[in-house]
Amino acid sequence: MIPELGTLALVIALLLASAQAFFGLVGAHRNKLSWMQAVTPAVAGVWVFVSFAFGILTYSFIVHDYSVGYVATNSNNELPLMYRVAAVWGAHEGSLLLWIEILATWALLVAAFSKSLPIAFRARVLGILGMVGVGFGSFTLLTSSPFTRLLPAAAEGADLNPILQDPALAIHPPMLYMGYVGTSVAFAFAVAAMLSGRIDPAWSRWTRPWTVAAWMCLTVGIALGSWWAYYELGWGGWWFWDPVENASFMPWLASTALIHSLAVTEKRGLFKNWTLLLAIFAFSLSLLGTFLVRSGVLVSVHAFASDPSRGMFILGLLLFFIVGSLTLYAIRAPSLKSDGGFELISRESFLLLNNALLVAAACLILVGTLWPLVMDAFNLGKISVGPPYFNMVFLVPTLPLLALVGIGMHAGWRRSALGGKRRTLALIAGGALLVSMVVTLVFYGGFGLPLTVVGFTGALFVMGSALIDPISRWRNKQGISRAALGMAVAHFGVGVFVIGISGVASYKIEKDVSMGPGDSAEIAGYRFNFIGTENVRGPNYDALEARVKITRAGTPVADLTTQKRKFKIQAMPMAHAGIAVAWNRDLFVALGDELGAGKWSMRLQYKPLVRYIWIGAVIVALGGLIATLDRRYRVPRTADALLPADAATDKVS
Amino acid sequence: MWRYLGPAAAFLVLGALFAFALVRIQNGTLDVREIKSPLIGKAAPLFTLPLVTDPKQSFDTRTMAGKAYIVNVWGTWCPACREEHDSLLQLARTTGVPFIGIDWKDDGAMAQQYLAQLGNPYQQVVADADGRIAIDWGVYGAPETFLVSSAGIVLAKHAGALTEAVWAEKFAPLLGTGARQ
Amino acid sequence: MIAPRRWIVLLAALLLSAAAGAIDTEAAFADAARQARYEHLTNELRCLVCQNQTIADSNAGLAGDLRREVKEMIAAGKSDNDIKHFLTARYGDFVLYDPPLTPRTLLLWAAPALLVLITVGAAARVILRRSKAPIDADPEETV
Repeated sequence: MIPELGTLALVIALLLASAQAFFGLVGAHRNKLSWMQAVTPAVAGVWVFVSFAFGILTYSFIVHDYSVGYVATNSNNELPLMYRVAAVWGAHEGSLLLWIEILATWALLVAAFSKSLPIAFRARVLGILGMVGVGFGSFTLLTSSPFTRLLPAAAEGADLNPILQDPALAIHPPMLYMGYVGTSVAFAFAVAAMLSGRIDPAWSRWTRPWTVAAWMCLTVGIALGSWWAYYELGWGGWWFWDPVENASFMPWLASTALIHSLAVTEKRGLFKNWTLLLAIFAFSLSLLGTFLVRSGVLVSVHAFASDPSRGMFILGLLLFFIVGSLTLYAIRAPSLKSDGGFELISRESFLLLNNALLVAAACLILVGTLWPLVMDAFNLGKISVGPPYFNMVFLVPTLPLLALVGIGMHAGWRRSALGGKRRTLALIAGGALLVSMVVTLVFYGGFGLPLTVVGFTGALFVMGSALIDPISRWRNKQGISRAALGMAVAHFGVGVFVIGISGVASYKIEKDVSMGPGDSAEIAGYRFNFIGTENVRGPNYDALEARVKITRAGTPVADLTTQKRKFKIQAMPMAHAGIAVAWNRDLFVALGDELGAGKWSMRLQYKPLVRYIWIGAVIVALGGLIATLDRRYRVPRTADALLPADAATDKVS
Repeated sequence: MWRYLGPAAAFLVLGALFAFALVRIQNGTLDVREIKSPLIGKAAPLFTLPLVTDPKQSFDTRTMAGKAYIVNVWGTWCPACREEHDSLLQLARTTGVPFIGIDWKDDGAMAQQYLAQLGNPYQQVVADADGRIAIDWGVYGAPETFLVSSAGIVLAKHAGALTEAVWAEKFAPLLGTGARQ
Repeated sequence: MIAPRRWIVLLAALLLSAAAGAIDTEAAFADAARQARYEHLTNELRCLVCQNQTIADSNAGLAGDLRREVKEMIAAGKSDNDIKHFLTARYGDFVLYDPPLTPRTLLLWAAPALLVLITVGAAARVILRRSKAPIDADPEETV
């Protein structure tokens, strides 16, 4: 009975979402106030019923209801409560429910925090989100219901995939989806603007905080995924260019471009077409990612159980939303031309170049991810496009980008205001180069890879450059706007991130050894002493735990344990690495196979500066948070008061 | 308006590509996981390996010259091999094509017991204990089955359990013509 | 058609231990240059069984066998190209994570240069056009 309530709740939510779409879009079109006023209750209703369905699925997991097929395949009596709750989104059907839940949550937030927007515009935005909800709601109900019964009920569940039994599973997917699905908000704002024919600085001002908020979640979500892969998969890599990773990275690049382009549209009323296009692209890439992960056209480590008929459904949705909105764009774009010039060297030029490079980077990943599929589909042979390709080609757009970030921050709108800062920037650049050479030589004993010094220099230059404004304003006792501070923080984070990549790529050390208790091995000056092993019982696995003491020049550094877990149901061995963290490096130990005669294979790794990859990403997201809190997004002002004198010509009537 | 339709057109092309791939997956002509063997149309790799049934003796594929034959890679550790075993017995009897078994990275005693219990479909069954010959054949999973022509050319490969239906679809048509070349 | 997916599942259950990284028992070579070549090569070869790991990372039996082959070929003085050729002759180009440059991958390899030229070229055109346009006042200031 209870699972059926879940299905019922989804059906009601679907009907309410249809009402949300209808009253929002048709109400705004016919200018019927009462229809438009009906949208907010519909949004709230959708949220309540989707959340109810979500709660029912969670409940089914908690009480081990194995008459629900999805629970039976993804849970087990011995699975701890935390993972039973997180298992809700551990596979295709449930994660789709999470998708819808998060979409409903975004719509609710927009409804709650956009009361100051013109009602017709707001109705359209929520109407579009309603349409997306109808699309994905029907996809769930028709092809992927998590409430499908298993008759007769299973006596015991098949257990959650052991790879997913990690605390990070509790936060990584919801965070990632907040970002992924959040791109639909910018999309809805863009389509609503095209429907009303009005794109002005006020529109950018409304759209920006939502875009930044979603982008922030996506940033943190991707960083969490990378961190999870780093310690959970047991081989110490942090990015594999797997199709699933690429699927989340492409919308991130497009969203990053969008944030920057919105800045120009807000400040100058320029690049409106381009901004609209980017908003559509960001959402398209996010839908494309959903398609790639769930349709089975690509092979991936963490792709969901795939099914071509589901693929067709998502493809239909994707084409409906994308081609529909792009056609609308083609109708509106010609009338949205804006004029207004800027000098060759100006903030606008830098932002446009930033956009060009970010879009090139996103397209590059798309090409690399899809190329094997294209060849396969046309029987041209099977190839693999992996890390060696991406690591190399990705530098083509991103290295120039790094250089541009450092300078672009200080260019003024319309015309260059670099003037006095030119000298400071040159000094920072020189200093960055000097510090990089000294650090690499003194601390790491060599220049490393061909690009090591370039990477460190670029990173330090960006970090230094980001600090110029905050420091000079602080010294002159001037205030700094949260927007400016957020930008500085985010760009500083980019530098920190690049430090991490450069350090770990250039100086990591990996060593496979066979050791028994009492043996020791040394890498990078750290001595790993194997103390001994003991058997450990987990809730649903048995593990063998090895203790390793690390010393450096005789002084103790860390005491680590690493486990090799054997899960009872899925009989899958899982390495659980031991990691000692310090400000300048990680030491990483993973236990391998028993070799007999009391010996074990072990992998020892020295990962210099690796933490800065994730710390950098978090700082970037923090910058976004600070910028969203800027005063100008808080003070409700009516749209018309903000219209620039020439913006009237942008109205399509 | 037309010049602004570029992005929509680009996405339509992308959509058409996906639709094409999905249709091919659905009708079974495209399997994204399958790795096509580069050996097809090329000379079958030669090998000499000890027999499972009597490790002191060995078998050399050169003795198969002039005859079409099947190479089946299996192991007692492989459930899908157990699944196809009855089909193998049946096919070996009805088709008249000799089956050569390669017991891949397996325990000899267990393999002997397995064949004694379930029946032995193979004319010769050899042990590839360290997996070197399997690499020569480009094997990446078990079971895998190859059809070799009488001229010693690999005509076809099937990854996964071999059944009568697969035989009729993939191997039988080739045997009519190619195998007797 | 029999269900290939079923086969994969069984295969995965048996041969795979996706989450436990592969660990050699010791360095393959005492000589640093050869060890570096070994690590570089095994990190660019795709495991055929698990399909989304390198043979250096995969714990599958086949990956171990392939590491052994690579090690022996390096020890026998074979060049990286010889080793790659050995593997592609058996498994096809699929085994290489670094796709070889062929007429069919020409566009793939040209993509970075092409995409950057196109996007930056388009941006440059806009910037040049705009830099000739009159610079208007700040819309913020006009309010």
